[in-house]
Amino acid sequence: MLKIENLHVKVDGKEILKGLTLTVAPGEVHAVMGPNGSGKSTLANVLAGRPGYEITAGSVTFQGRDLLALAPEERSREGVFLGFQYPVEIPGVNNVYLLKAAVNAARKHRGLDEVDAFEFLTLVREKMRLMRMEESMLSRGVNEGFSGGEKKRNEILQMLVLEPRLAILDETDSGLDIDALKIVANGVNTLRSPERSLVLVTHYQRLLDYIVPDHVHVLVKGRIVRSGDKSLALELEKRGYDWVTGEAA
Amino acid sequence: MSETAKQLESLLARRYKHGFVTDIDADTVPPGLDEDVVRLISRKKGEPSFLTEWRLKALRHWLTLSEPHWSHTTYPPIDYQAISYYSAPKSKTDGPKSLDEVDPKLLETYEKLGVPLHERARLAGVAVDAVFDSVSVATTFKERLIEAGVLFYPFSEAVQKHPELIERYLGSVVPYTDNFFASLNSAVFSDGSFVYVPKGVRCPMELSTYFRINAANTGQFERTLIIADDGAYVSYLEGCTAPMRDENQLHAAVVELVALDDARIKYSTVQNWYPGDAEGRGGIYNFVTKRGECRGRNSHISWTQVETGSAITWKYPSCVLRGDGSSGEFYSVATVNNRQQADTGTKMIHIGRDTHSTIISKGISAGRGQNTYRGLVKILPSAHGARNFTQCDSLLMGGKCGAHTFPYVEVKNPSATVEHEASTSKISEDELFYCLARGISREDAVNLIVSGFCKSVFKELPMEFAVEAQNLLAVSLEGAVG
Repeated sequence: MLKIENLHVKVDGKEILKGLTLTVAPGEVHAVMGPNGSGKSTLANVLAGRPGYEITAGSVTFQGRDLLALAPEERSREGVFLGFQYPVEIPGVNNVYLLKAAVNAARKHRGLDEVDAFEFLTLVREKMRLMRMEESMLSRGVNEGFSGGEKKRNEILQMLVLEPRLAILDETDSGLDIDALKIVANGVNTLRSPERSLVLVTHYQRLLDYIVPDHVHVLVKGRIVRSGDKSLALELEKRGYDWVTGEAA
Repeated sequence: MSETAKQLESLLARRYKHGFVTDIDADTVPPGLDEDVVRLISRKKGEPSFLTEWRLKALRHWLTLSEPHWSHTTYPPIDYQAISYYSAPKSKTDGPKSLDEVDPKLLETYEKLGVPLHERARLAGVAVDAVFDSVSVATTFKERLIEAGVLFYPFSEAVQKHPELIERYLGSVVPYTDNFFASLNSAVFSDGSFVYVPKGVRCPMELSTYFRINAANTGQFERTLIIADDGAYVSYLEGCTAPMRDENQLHAAVVELVALDDARIKYSTVQNWYPGDAEGRGGIYNFVTKRGECRGRNSHISWTQVETGSAITWKYPSCVLRGDGSSGEFYSVATVNNRQQADTGTKMIHIGRDTHSTIISKGISAGRGQNTYRGLVKILPSAHGARNFTQCDSLLMGGKCGAHTFPYVEVKNPSATVEHEASTSKISEDELFYCLARGISREDAVNLIVSGFCKSVFKELPMEFAVEAQNLLAVSLEGAVG
C-alpha cells in the first residue's frame, strides 16, 4: 500500500525527517508516536503534499506509484486522506457543498458521473448519525464556529464519506474529551477493512485503546527508532519518551 | 513567492472568453461632438423638441466641464472628439417585429455569449429587451406585460409612445448637470430601457436587458429610466458582455430609478465587459451614473451588482432616501484581475425620517488589479432616526494587487445610527490546501472560497443570475491566488 524509504525532508532549510523508512501493507493500522518536534506532523503533511516541505532524498510509493510526483488533489483522488490536526475554517462555504465537491472530484477521477444528490445526502446523514453530529452542521460554513471536537468529528465524517484507501490521521485525538474520542474511534473503526490502511499520528497512547494498531513506531528526531506491536505503546506510556529518546541520542 | 503562488501566477494569463466581433453593417455617424451631432441624433430618433432642447442644454453644460480625476484610477486622456456618438444596425430602419426578423448573425452572437435569447427567455420567463450597440432589436413577452399594464420599452420607443412620462421623469434623479459623464450621456444617449409599473402592480416577471458594445470607436451611452408608481414592484436585471477590441471603449451610461409611495425596485447587474489584455490594453471604460430616488413614503430601492469586467469601473449606484420610512440597499461584488481598476461603491443620502440603508461590499483583487470601495453615507438634519449599516470586505490574491476603502460619513442628525465594519484578508494557503487535500482542483477551490466570501451578496441576486454571477467570477479569477 504505502512504502516510505529513507525519506529526508527540510522545512525552512532545517532537516526534520532524516531518513525515515516505513512500510504499510493493505489492511494494516500503524501508529506513529513520538515526542513534540519529532517530525510526526511533517510526515503526515508530506504524504498529503502540503507545500513548504522540501524533500531532499528518499522515495514514497503508494500502490506502486510515486506519491511525491502527484499533486495534493491527485493524491486525494487516488485515495489518500489526511485528517488535519488543525482543520481550517472556510467562511461562507457550505460544509455539505465542500463534501460534495470532494466526492465528485474523486468520482470524476474514476470516470464516474456526479453523485446523485439524494443518494449523497442519504449517505451523509447516515454517517453523521454515526459521528453524532447535528444535521445543522451540514449547512454551516466549513468548520465555521465549530468547537475543537466538532472539527475533528467533521474530519472523520469526510473520511467516512470519501472512503479512502489510505487514511493518515494527524493528532485526531488531540483536544477530544473521552466521549468524543470514543465517537471518533468508533467512526474510524467502521472503515477498517483488509483493503484499507491507516496511519495514526499521535502523541498519546489513549487513542490506541480504541483503535488498536497492528504496528507501533516511535519517531524521534526524524527517524523511527523503535517499532513493535501494541505493547510498545503501553510501554511508552509507562516509561515516557525519555526512555527512547535517551536511546536515540 | 511560494510555489503555489508561482503556479497560479502563470494561470492568470487567461484570455477573455467572450472576445469576438460580429460583422454587422453599422450606420455610424463620423467622430466628433457638437450641436449638429446632437441634433442629428435627436432627428434620427424622431424625438419631440423638448428632448432635443434638453440634449442641447446638456451638451452646452458639458462643454463647460472638465473630466474629473478624483477616482483611484489611471488611464490615458480620452479624446472626446475622436468618438463616434451614434451607431445603429442597418436593420433598424424597418425595425424587426419579432425574433424571426432579427439579423441571424446577431442571434448567433447571443448564442456565443451563452444567451440563447428565445430559449432562455421562454424557459426562464424573462422578457429580454436586447440592446445591440445602440438600438434595441428584440423584445419578448410583451403581451404579458401589456396585460399587467407594465410599460417596458426601448427608450427611444418610450419617447414616441409616452413622451409625457419621459418629460416628467427624465433627469429628475440624475439631472443633466450632475457630473461630466452624466452630462455627456444626457446630450448623446442613444437608447436604453424604459420601465413604468403602474399603481399597485407587481411586475409579473423579471425584466432583463443584455447590453453589448460592438462597433469600433462607438462610445455607448445607454439611458435607463425605471419608475415604480405607488405600491408597485419591479425587479430589473442587467447583464453585459462585450467582444474583444483593441482600443479602449468608453461607456457612460445613466440609470435613474424612481420609487413612489410603498414602491419597491430591485436592480441587479452582472457586468462582464472586456477587461483588456493582461497588460490592460483595450478594455472598456465603464463610467456610469446610477441613482435611485425613494421619492415616496416607505419606498425601497435595492442595488445588487457583480462587477467582473471592464478595464476601469467607476460607478456608485446610490439611493436618495427622500420619503419617510424609505430604505436603500447596496450589495456589491467587484473583482479586478491583471491591470483592471475598479473604483466603486454607493451613496446613501438620508433625507426622510426613519430611513434605513444597508451597504455590503465585497472587493476581490488579483493580479495587478486595484480595487477601491468609495462610499458616502449622508444623514441630513431632517432624517430623524436614520440608520445605516455598512460592511466592506476585501480579499486579496497575490502580492501585486491593491484594495482601498474610502468610507465617507456625514451625520447631521444626532438621532442617527451609523455602523461600519471593514476587513481585509487573503485567501490563505491553509484554506486552499484543505480543499486540495480533499481532491478539489485548485481552480474549484479558489472559486469555492471566493463564492463563500461573496455569499451575502450572491444571495440577493435572482436565482438564475446568481448562477451566472458565480460562473463569471470563476472565469475572471481563474487561478488567481497566491
